[in-house]
Formats: sequence, structure tokens, C-alpha cells
Amino acid sequence: MSRSLATTFVKPSVIPGFGLALGFTLTYLSLIVLFPLATLVLKTTSLGWADFWKIALDPRTLAALRISFGISLLAAAINAVFGLIVTWVLVRYEFPGRKLLDAFIDLPFALPTAVAGIALTAIYAPKGWVGKFLAPLGIKIAYTPLGILIALVFIGLPFIVRTLQPVLEDLDREVEEASATLGAHRLQTILWVVMPALIPPLLTGFALALARAVGEYGSVVFIAGNIPYVSEIAPLLIIIRLQEFNYAGATAIATIMLAISFVLLLAINLLQTWTRRRLGNG
Amino acid sequence: MVDAGIPASDAFPRPDLATTERRGVRVLLIAIAVAFLLFFLLLPLVTVFVEAFRYGVGVYFAGLSDGDTLASIKLTLVVAAVSVPANLVFGLAASWAIAKFEFKGKSVLTTLIDLPFSVSPVTSGLIYVLLFGAQGYFGPWLEVHHVHIIFAVPGIVLATVFVTFPFVARELIPLMQEQGTREEEAAVSLGAGGVTTFLRITLPNVKWALLYGVLLCNARAMGEFGAVSVVSGHIRGLTDTMPLQIEILYNDYSYSAAFAVASLLALLALVTLAVKTLLEWRFAGEIAAQRRH
Repeated sequence: MSRSLATTFVKPSVIPGFGLALGFTLTYLSLIVLFPLATLVLKTTSLGWADFWKIALDPRTLAALRISFGISLLAAAINAVFGLIVTWVLVRYEFPGRKLLDAFIDLPFALPTAVAGIALTAIYAPKGWVGKFLAPLGIKIAYTPLGILIALVFIGLPFIVRTLQPVLEDLDREVEEASATLGAHRLQTILWVVMPALIPPLLTGFALALARAVGEYGSVVFIAGNIPYVSEIAPLLIIIRLQEFNYAGATAIATIMLAISFVLLLAINLLQTWTRRRLGNG
Repeated sequence: MVDAGIPASDAFPRPDLATTERRGVRVLLIAIAVAFLLFFLLLPLVTVFVEAFRYGVGVYFAGLSDGDTLASIKLTLVVAAVSVPANLVFGLAASWAIAKFEFKGKSVLTTLIDLPFSVSPVTSGLIYVLLFGAQGYFGPWLEVHHVHIIFAVPGIVLATVFVTFPFVARELIPLMQEQGTREEEAAVSLGAGGVTTFLRITLPNVKWALLYGVLLCNARAMGEFGAVSVVSGHIRGLTDTMPLQIEILYNDYSYSAAFAVASLLALLALVTLAVKTLLEWRFAGEIAAQRRH
């Protein structure tokens, strides 16, 4: 490669090792991630439109997708509300045990999903710790869609809190003082001065929690009951199709999941850009 | 809502109420947050240990000393021992290239590195089945040459590497970008070589972020369930990792044994969180200085 061509690609620097580092990065990335993911696309395109739509519009596929995306959206929404309260309390108030609770927020990141799955089932099963108090009231959580919701709330919470926290910590308290000085009462200040700055990170956290929840498998399968059309999530249906050696079916569902996730994340991204511009904070 | 209808002039009998909420509101919000966290985060964690020790320490260790369980623990350690160093080397190379140099397509590369996070673990396993499975693209060739990847240890390692791919790079890239290149440029201009600069300047500057990235990567590598479940084939004593062994024991109604294995992974999670928290408390000032806030 000629010198001039190289310098148009990378800005000259006295620091050595660019070629080696980038070369290794690209090779490893291609071998582990890009090439394997490309086979998913390749396999899907080899199906042909007719076969693809047959799998996509299969009632069981549609039901599984509806359950996965519907409950994931609901779980992310619940986490947005409680995550906001939790972050507010952790950042703004002093109380005993605050630092310990703060440390525990990351638990769902660190705890393996299968462990969370059997623990949640032990809690919410009809004879479980919490389940036995709800059973007489006619409320069933484990082995119903409600169980899926509980599992997805568990794994999604840290995404909201950890995205909001740094923004809330960096927020200038003087702006709130100014707002109060100008005669706004506290609720007005929170709604019109604090919240506009928190909405973009809240949307980011919502998107991250949603993306994670849609693909989640380990914590859900134990508690869901996995009844087709009722509590069967899309990732489980992929595994079922694979066990039937129906590679085409498994691939098509995986591709549809990726496509819907991509569209949802894109929509949230656009919404975020719009709110940032509309609310005018940088 | 509490302040609604109160004229502005009477709204702040005490000046500190200008930037915080009334006591009643504060107590209520703290109560909601603490209750939510205790119920949703702490209760599942406590459950794991209570269920594991429900029938005493003897049953606990009997559950762990089963042959298949011991084999699963060994396999989990092997998988982590391969995949974590692989992603550590990648994380260092990627962050060095991305944070210390300006080149075209950098933001695309950063996005691509995060790609495994937006793919379902089940799909992560599926892509390797499509490649190396019996009906996969390379399946027939592997069959002829007697190479086993799917339903064998190499497949488990590959799926784990994919799932834990971004962890180290993700911790390092933002930190190294904030630190800039001035220290490295100074070292090089004073005559230090590339390796010396990396080992004596860059590495010490990011050591805590690196440690945390490795810990997270390791926790996920040992705990991965969905991706490994797809490629493992569930051959007892041979291709079952600890999370898969938990599933098998649980489905066999060996609850105590399932929770005993689960308690080991929960302990690993607790150690990961503890180290992270200690690093943050101990080096809060240093980390803040490195981030140049």
C-alpha cells in the first residue's frame, strides 16, 4: 500500500501498532461474529419468499413473537417507572444501606440466567415462597405469562438505572435553584426542568432493556410453563424447531426476531434524537 | 402533586425545599425503591442459598460431589479459561486501535463490536449450528474429517466466545478514548518502543476497567445458558456446563442439588459484584481523575 493511500485511511500518529491491532481486531471480529452472523442471512435468503412467509405467518410463530415482544415492552415500561424512582432515590437521597443497594443493582448482569430462572420459579410457584400466599387468592404467576413478565423485569432493571444514573449525577442543581427562584414549585421544576434531561437516557435504557428481554431465554424457560400459544417465547420456539432438525424454521424465526428488534431500536433511536432536539438539551 | 395549588410565595417555608422534595415524598420514594429492590433483586438471591441448604450441609455437598456435576464444573472452568483470555486479547487490540488512532469507519467498527449484545443467546448458538451442525454449511466436510464442533466442547467454547465478545472491549474503549493519546505520544517521543509504551503507560492507566471487564466476561462465560444450550447436545458428564447441569437436575426434581450448583454460580456473581464495588469505592478518585471529569 502506498504511503498516501495509507494516510487517507488513518491519520498519521507517532504511536506504533495500528496495523497489528486493527488487523487482529478485524480478523477476530470477522471470524467470531460477522461470518457466523452472515450465515443466518444466507440461510434465510436460501429459503425463498414463499417458505419464509409460511414460517413467519404460522400461528404458533406469530403467537410466540407476540408474547416475546408484548411482554418485553411491558417489562421495559415497568422498569422505566421503577428504574426512574430507584435511580432518583440512589442519586438524590441519603439513607442507610444506599451504597449497598447501589452495588446490588448490577446483580442481574452478574447472576447467570438459569440461576435466576430456578430461583424465581421457587419464589412464584404455587407452593413457593410468594406463590403460596397468592394461590388462595386465585393468582397464578409461575407457569403463566405473568411469570415471564417477572423474569423480564428482573433482568431489565440495571439497564435503566445504569443509563440514567450518570446523567442524573451530572445534572446541575443550580438550574433547579434558578427554577425555584423564578417561582416554580417543586413538581413544576421536576416536570419541566429535570425530566427533559432524563428522557433521552430513559429511552436508551428502555431500548437496552427491551433488546435484552426479547432475546432472553434462561431466566424465562423455567418460570414460563412454555405452553404453546400462551407462554411460549420466540427463543424457545427456535430451540424447539432446532430439536426437530427444522433448521429453516429456526433460522426464519431468528431472522424475524432480529428484524423486529432492529426496527424497534431504530424507532426508539429516532424518538430519542427528536426529543433531544425538541427539548433542546445537549 | 403534593405542591399543586400552593401559591409560589408560600411554597418554600424552608429554602432547602427548593432543590429537594418534602420529607413525606422522600420517605415514600425511598420506601418504594427499597421495597422494589428487595423484592425483585434480593429475594431471588436469598432463595438460591436457602433452597441449596434447605436439607443441611451434608445434602448440599452430596449434591455437588455427584460425578456428572463435577464434570460440569470442570467443563465450565475449561470453557472460561479459553474464552476469557481470547476476548481479553481482542479487547486490548480493539481498544488500542479504536482509542489511540483516528481512522475511517471507526464508529461502524465500534457498533459491530457491540453486535453480539443485540442478538438473542439462542440465535448466537443457532448460527454455529448453521455453520458446523450435521446439516450445516461445513457439516459434511467436518463429518468426513471426524471433527466434532457441535454437540462437543469446541462448539460450547465458540458460542461462549461470541456471547462474551464485547465485554472487555466495551469497558476499555470509552475510558481509553477519554484518556487520549498524549501520554503515549510523550513516551514514544522520549524513545520508548511500542511494547514498553503499552505495558508501562496504557495498561496501568486502564487496569481497573480491564479487571472489571474480565470479571464480567468471566461471570457471563461461566453462566451462559441459552447459546450453550443450543450447541451442547446435553451429553451428561461430557458436554454439560454448570448452567445446563442446573437445568438437568431441576428437571429431574433434584431441587437441592440444582440449587447447590446454582449457589456456586451465585457466589461467583456476588464476588464479581463485590470486587467491582470495592474497586469503585477504593479508587473512586483515581477513576474520576482518569476519566478527566
